[in-house]
Amino acid sequence: MSQTTVGNARASKPPSPWKPTRPVKKLNNPNAVLSLNGRWAFLFTAPFFVMFLIFGLAPILFSIVIAFYNYDALGTQEFIGTANFEELFVDSRFWNALVNTIDIWLLSTIPMLIMSIGLAAILHNPNLRGSTFFRTILLVPNITSVLAIAIVFGQLFGRDFGMVNIIIGALGFEHVDFIQGTQSSHIAIASMIVWRWTGYNALIFLAAMLAIPGELYESASLDGAGKWKQFIYVTLPSLRNTITFVLIVGTIGGLQVFAEPLILGGSYNGGDSGQFSTLTLFLFEQAFVAYKWGYAAAIGIMITVIVAIVSVINFFITRKLAGDGK
Amino acid sequence: MSQAAVKEQTLPRAKQNKKPKWQRMGFFGYASLIIVTLLSIFPFYWMFIVASNGTDEISKIPPTLVPGPRFFTVVSSVYEALPQFNQALLNTVYVGTVVAVAQVFFSAIAGFAFAKLNFKGQKFMVLFVILTMMLPSQLGIIPLFILISQMGLMDSLGALIIPALVTAFGVFWMRQVIDAQVPNELLEAASIDGAGVFRAYWSIVLPIIAQSSFVLGLFSFLATWNDFLWPLLVLNTPENFTAQVAVNQLKSSYAIDYALNMGGAFLSTAPLLVLFIFVGRRLVRGVMDGAVKG
Repeated sequence: MSQTTVGNARASKPPSPWKPTRPVKKLNNPNAVLSLNGRWAFLFTAPFFVMFLIFGLAPILFSIVIAFYNYDALGTQEFIGTANFEELFVDSRFWNALVNTIDIWLLSTIPMLIMSIGLAAILHNPNLRGSTFFRTILLVPNITSVLAIAIVFGQLFGRDFGMVNIIIGALGFEHVDFIQGTQSSHIAIASMIVWRWTGYNALIFLAAMLAIPGELYESASLDGAGKWKQFIYVTLPSLRNTITFVLIVGTIGGLQVFAEPLILGGSYNGGDSGQFSTLTLFLFEQAFVAYKWGYAAAIGIMITVIVAIVSVINFFITRKLAGDGK
Repeated sequence: MSQAAVKEQTLPRAKQNKKPKWQRMGFFGYASLIIVTLLSIFPFYWMFIVASNGTDEISKIPPTLVPGPRFFTVVSSVYEALPQFNQALLNTVYVGTVVAVAQVFFSAIAGFAFAKLNFKGQKFMVLFVILTMMLPSQLGIIPLFILISQMGLMDSLGALIIPALVTAFGVFWMRQVIDAQVPNELLEAASIDGAGVFRAYWSIVLPIIAQSSFVLGLFSFLATWNDFLWPLLVLNTPENFTAQVAVNQLKSSYAIDYALNMGGAFLSTAPLLVLFIFVGRRLVRGVMDGAVKG
């Protein structure tokens, strides 16, 4: 039926609107199967693009517009130029939320990264018994809802009868008020994030470790390198791209953290004195409590800019650090 | 001759069979894994402990660490506080299933086009998909909220389903999967035999990606099940609640009743844990297949 030749998209005889009538000069997709008619791609990708246009791109563009307006739920629509951003730069709640967000992000990312690489290294051992079981267990925290876990952690970190404080008390220290304190509430929130993501990232690192050629370890071993040296000189440098990936994904998620503080505090305030208010929580408070939509849109743009800047910094730091390890 | 081959010849057989030191599994390794296992499971166990003992029993030092007799009392108090709790669970299953099926369908056809078809603007479109994944999802939330309310979808399950029918992540994921798993030769052979794009997709691509599609569907289902803020914003009447909104409702309707909260949390989590027993290993493979290696 089809007279197209393999590896060549020359036209078949009956001219049809769905078949290319002239040879394709430039390859748009070097891995493509040229004997299949590429024009169908527009139909196949249309649902995604149409849906994204309506529910993704259009709202984002509209957000960018209303960031320059005094725009609220009551119908006020007044162009005010950059006034929202000027107000934001002198708004202490914004800076407080920014500092909290970065603190929570650091408190969660660093332990999470170290522990997940360590766990992956243990799971990487081919002599481990029950490895399927342990791998599966590692994913359990990741599939549960933040809400359920925040309820449990909120109780565990309770001041009087929380398990954590009972242990702290048994060790002879004073109970810590994890909700009221600034740094302590950040630790409680970070621990939820670490609990949720360490296992997941360990699996990502494990997949990357399994892809490292075994000869590298064999020759390192013959050169007299011990377990630790092999880890430093073989494993870590090979994980460079994976670490960058995990860090960037973690940064995008980490800088948008809101569910844990929202549930822990029970309101959009982020604690009585905003001690664990985060950027996204501040956005939601302005959008759905104060109904200052223009201002909230400006916060959203600032979050995007901050995420982009931190991701780029991350990218270069990881490249440099991991590059030196080689 | 590769280095490994040289070694194989020069090393005595006995030495090869004996495991090198780094491969031996020590006490420390198992101890760490057991601690991590306990820490991963403990919050679920604790949910059940609190829900089966009542708030008073755990508000003492040292707290109870074994299940108590009051589980059904607590469960009935959950249903008393929110009679629509079962409806909420059903709503969640419904929304999750529709979203999962739609995402798999739309992501697979788009991913196939991006991976295997040659068309104008292919490179730009793939880049576009990747860039959209990087955008914070909160950026457009206010206009989306306005849009959904103007479409008349407020306080309906459609408000959860329609914006989630297809995501950039799903499309990108399916593109990676089809690129890695479907050999070009098979598709070329099919088109020599006269198969068009649809036939090639249906008879060649779909059977190969069935497993991965299932994993993508599971992840969509779990993400929908656990989604919290958006349902909270758009749903008002208890008949339309999802499980997460229902649990949150328990939280706000009383001061702090830990047993009630954890009873709700347990009821909303138990179905996922049961599901996980059956599909956990596939999910693990899915996560590891999607990892960036090297």
